[in-house]
Amino acid sequence: MQTNQLLAMFSGVLLLLGLIAFFLGRAKAARVRASGTAMYAQPDQYAWFAVLATAGPAITVGAIGAFLMLLLGAEIPTLYLLAGSLVIAAIGLLVGVSQVKPDFHARQAIERGIRWVLVGAAMISIFTTFGILFSIIFEALRFFKMHSFWDFITGTVWNPGASFLAAAGRAEEGATGAQFGSVPLFAGTFMITAIAMLVAIPVGLLSAIYMAEFAPSRVRTLAKPTLEVLAGIPTVVYGFFAAITVAPLIVDLAGFLGIDAAYNNAVAPGVVMGIMIIPFISSLSDDVINSVPDSMRQGSLALGMTKGETIRDVVIPAALPGIISASLLAVSRALGETMIVVMAAGMRPNLTANPFEDMTTVTVRIVAALTGDLEFESAETLSAFALGLVLFAVTLSLNLVSVLMIRRFREKYRVNNL
Amino acid sequence: MSQTFDEISSQLRKRHRRSARLKWISMGALGLAGLFLLWFFSDMLGKGLPAFQQAQIQVEVDYNEDASRMGRAALDPDLSRLVSRTFERMIPVQIRENPELLGTSETRWVLANAQVDQYLKGHRHKLNEQQVVLVDELLAEGRVELKFNTNFFTTGDSKMAEASGILSAAVGTVMTMLVTLAIAFPIGVMTAVYLEEFAPDNRFTQLIEININNLAAIPSILFGLLGLAIFINFFGVPRSTPLVGGMTLALMTLPVIIIATRTALRSVPDSIRHAAFGVGCSRWQVVRDHVLPLAMPGIMTGSIIGLAQAMGETAPLIIVGMVAFIPDVGASFTEAATVLPAQIFTWAGEPEKAFVEKTAGGILVLLTILIFLNATAVILRKKFERRW
Repeated sequence: MQTNQLLAMFSGVLLLLGLIAFFLGRAKAARVRASGTAMYAQPDQYAWFAVLATAGPAITVGAIGAFLMLLLGAEIPTLYLLAGSLVIAAIGLLVGVSQVKPDFHARQAIERGIRWVLVGAAMISIFTTFGILFSIIFEALRFFKMHSFWDFITGTVWNPGASFLAAAGRAEEGATGAQFGSVPLFAGTFMITAIAMLVAIPVGLLSAIYMAEFAPSRVRTLAKPTLEVLAGIPTVVYGFFAAITVAPLIVDLAGFLGIDAAYNNAVAPGVVMGIMIIPFISSLSDDVINSVPDSMRQGSLALGMTKGETIRDVVIPAALPGIISASLLAVSRALGETMIVVMAAGMRPNLTANPFEDMTTVTVRIVAALTGDLEFESAETLSAFALGLVLFAVTLSLNLVSVLMIRRFREKYRVNNL
Repeated sequence: MSQTFDEISSQLRKRHRRSARLKWISMGALGLAGLFLLWFFSDMLGKGLPAFQQAQIQVEVDYNEDASRMGRAALDPDLSRLVSRTFERMIPVQIRENPELLGTSETRWVLANAQVDQYLKGHRHKLNEQQVVLVDELLAEGRVELKFNTNFFTTGDSKMAEASGILSAAVGTVMTMLVTLAIAFPIGVMTAVYLEEFAPDNRFTQLIEININNLAAIPSILFGLLGLAIFINFFGVPRSTPLVGGMTLALMTLPVIIIATRTALRSVPDSIRHAAFGVGCSRWQVVRDHVLPLAMPGIMTGSIIGLAQAMGETAPLIIVGMVAFIPDVGASFTEAATVLPAQIFTWAGEPEKAFVEKTAGGILVLLTILIFLNATAVILRKKFERRW
């Protein structure tokens, strides 16, 4: 029998057992109560406890068995595993129904069961983080076995070349030519991120200043959600916009100024990414500026400073940790942004300082390495995980620094809603 | 050194001018951001709206012997170069399924090919001069027309621009989102309930909290790497399917739902909990019967926003192989499928010019859905929000 059918049968039988447990438990509890004995819990609670006792251990055993099978490669036939789980379910049913006694706290027992289920759900987020970490590290290590870590970090030539031949067992035919120096990729990433920040930080910060300090409340309630729309547009749409509309415009503009620009230059994705990031910076900065205590503004105005001077010399310096934190978050977002650069930036690793040339980024190479028809074991495919590891480390540290900054701001001004 | 009043007031003027300048500059920045938005939407509308119209051409279809082998023979040789090849291909199939057709003929409107379509819309086209003259004649006779493009909503992807549609991608999106919601919603709500209502404030709880905040800030492409390495390579979930795509997106959506749910739970006043405890409810009963129902609107709003975010996500889905050529509507969660953003990505990569407007048309559809979802979330919040 197929695994799918087995699973369907398993669920069906388990459901049936659960129903039996529910009605048996309730009937027994009702009987006991009808005989005039006082009970600790309601009949329905005994019934639910019987259901929990039936399904809980069975599902746990099934899940652990399946996990062991995958993790350790232990050969437990699916049929035996599921049958075993069902036997446990039947035992659970008997125990659950036999526990329907006047002096048994069914409600507390349910409570304990539910608590464990909730803890299990909360663990998923931890598993996810570790899943990301382990999957990336594990595959990245395999990559670093083939190519040295030092060359990866400091090499200036990224040329996977014919590395896929090595995985196919034909190493002598040209795998020696493969070079994995990630410097050009990171240079491209930082160039595009820098352009994005040049657009996003001034526009976002000034918009936030206007909304927090100058704008009448009507403008504010309208402008904030409108800006948020910019953040809600899918990145693939921005990518299309950058490639079809902005890039030709940049080429024309550059041509007008007498500069030669490639159609997949770094400026177009950078500018569009900047537009996308404006609301991140503006909305967080707006919150931070708003939570600078009004007493500071009043003090400054009382000393005869103009509104502009108050903002420049008092409000912004006070809000600086928050603003820096917003900018760091924005940088981390720009570094990991994928679709815009995949669609609008180049594919050629190019170490240059000229933003009008085509250049590629870390995320573009990750996508390129994993969408080809290459063998998973090949160095090029695994290089995606090595790049992912660096990306993870960089964004993680940026996020942590950002959180620390905002916490410092919060503690300084005792603000709780940030 | 003392200053005269004139000097002081000129200094003051200068300072006030500077203050006003800051106001205007910052206002300009906000205006600039608004302009970007306007530019973007007008550009997308201009490029995408033509996709909802498609050229059709009226032709005489002659179901003869030759046509049962090669569809092209059923049409006038001049006109057949203007008709979509998808239609020509269908003629032999039709004859085979319905043999009475043989020997009959009919006049009907059929799909014109992409070049005619682009010519009518005034875009760049590859028709030669004779064909342009022919199309102009047909146009004068009313036998070529731009009609509403129902095809775009009723077919899947195709290698021919005029015949490609978004249906298979839309169905793929719905299935993927179902998987995402089915996983992320219960787990997200349960995690939030645990953290807000049950968990003691200890190291373990703090670890989970830091984790969740961190997950919300991890680049989406890394979730794709997780999906590839863990779900596909380790657990053996079939590649390119709504199942694996939905699972990957669920992990991404989880932090959004958790954070929204926690905010919603926190806004339920403690007096409700005290009252429920006071009449003898257990903790779980308090949560199930009192706190969760009151927090539901907030939870729904957060979930819809998370869903909208997941719906526009492309990068992790590319990594798990959901960018595939899918001409037929998928029927199962374990068959290869594609989603709307991935379809947009595929079309954007097509070299043919006619696909540009298809791409923009797909984008308009996606944006409409997203705006609708977000508007629903806002309305839900407005309607059910309670101030305690």
